[in-house]
Amino acid sequence: MSTAPHDGKRVRFNIGDVVKVKDLNKSGHVRVPYYVRNKQGRVVQFCGLFLNPEDLAIGNTAGPAIELYRIAFNQADLWPEDVLNAGDQLVLEVYTHWLEEVFDTASISP
Amino acid sequence: MPHDHSNVAEHDALVVEDDAGNMEGQITVDALQELLVSKGLLTHPEVTQQIARLEAPGTHLGARIIAKAWTDNNFKHSLFENAKNAVVDMGIAVGEAQLIVVENTETTHNLITCTLCSCYPRSILGQPPSWYISKAYRARAVREPRAVLAEFGLNLSDDIDLIVHDSNADMRYLVLPQPPEGHASMTTEDLESCITRDHMIGVARDC
Repeated sequence: MSTAPHDGKRVRFNIGDVVKVKDLNKSGHVRVPYYVRNKQGRVVQFCGLFLNPEDLAIGNTAGPAIELYRIAFNQADLWPEDVLNAGDQLVLEVYTHWLEEVFDTASISP
Repeated sequence: MPHDHSNVAEHDALVVEDDAGNMEGQITVDALQELLVSKGLLTHPEVTQQIARLEAPGTHLGARIIAKAWTDNNFKHSLFENAKNAVVDMGIAVGEAQLIVVENTETTHNLITCTLCSCYPRSILGQPPSWYISKAYRARAVREPRAVLAEFGLNLSDDIDLIVHDSNADMRYLVLPQPPEGHASMTTEDLESCITRDHMIGVARDC
């Protein structure tokens, strides 16, 4: 699946964009594990639009479908106190409202 | 991987096992089922039928997809584009939102886990193995995946990058392992028989 526009609307992020996972400190059902919060990664895939599981968990099915992306992180960035292979990565899915674009990309390795 | 609780602190109330291995949730479910049946809202055959539906898919479906990807390059690329659509013509119906096929290469190896629960491509692989559902696997696969692989007998060399996929939302994942030596002259049946569930999850590498 490519990062193609849907319904004529552009998606928020392009493949390769550097993003940071926000810590929204949201209670209830969330799908963003703690180990990626406040971490920087790269967008590797646009998955499509899905209903927000945070709303579905409390029976709210009326919300809009939101963008879901796969984000890749260097394992060495996720677990800085561990000794890890520089090329090892972790990829997981993050909904758009948990992501913010990073403009100073000097701090992240490609 | 041994199902061992000695290293796991049981702090959360959601998954509680007593010494007999009974789960609080299971006891509640059994009681609820008894109640629904006694009130005529559910029948035992209906439950059995649903269990059969859940258990009907098996690794043979995944193996068919992998074997075909090894022999048909166009099909392989259609899997990367949209796997759910790509397998429709094989008579395989992916029930999840989307299936993402991740390819092993000479320099990369993929491993699948779900840290939040036990997301798994059940509609094509059936139920996951109990070790996949264990807290130990789910916690360690993201943090120390090489050590986890070593426990499965896979010692990944340092010149191979390990990519762990945490199946935490709507996507489901299938690892496309590298084809075996001489695969071009093997029959479909032989190809399918060398593909195991462990290959498709990523705890095994060589077919």
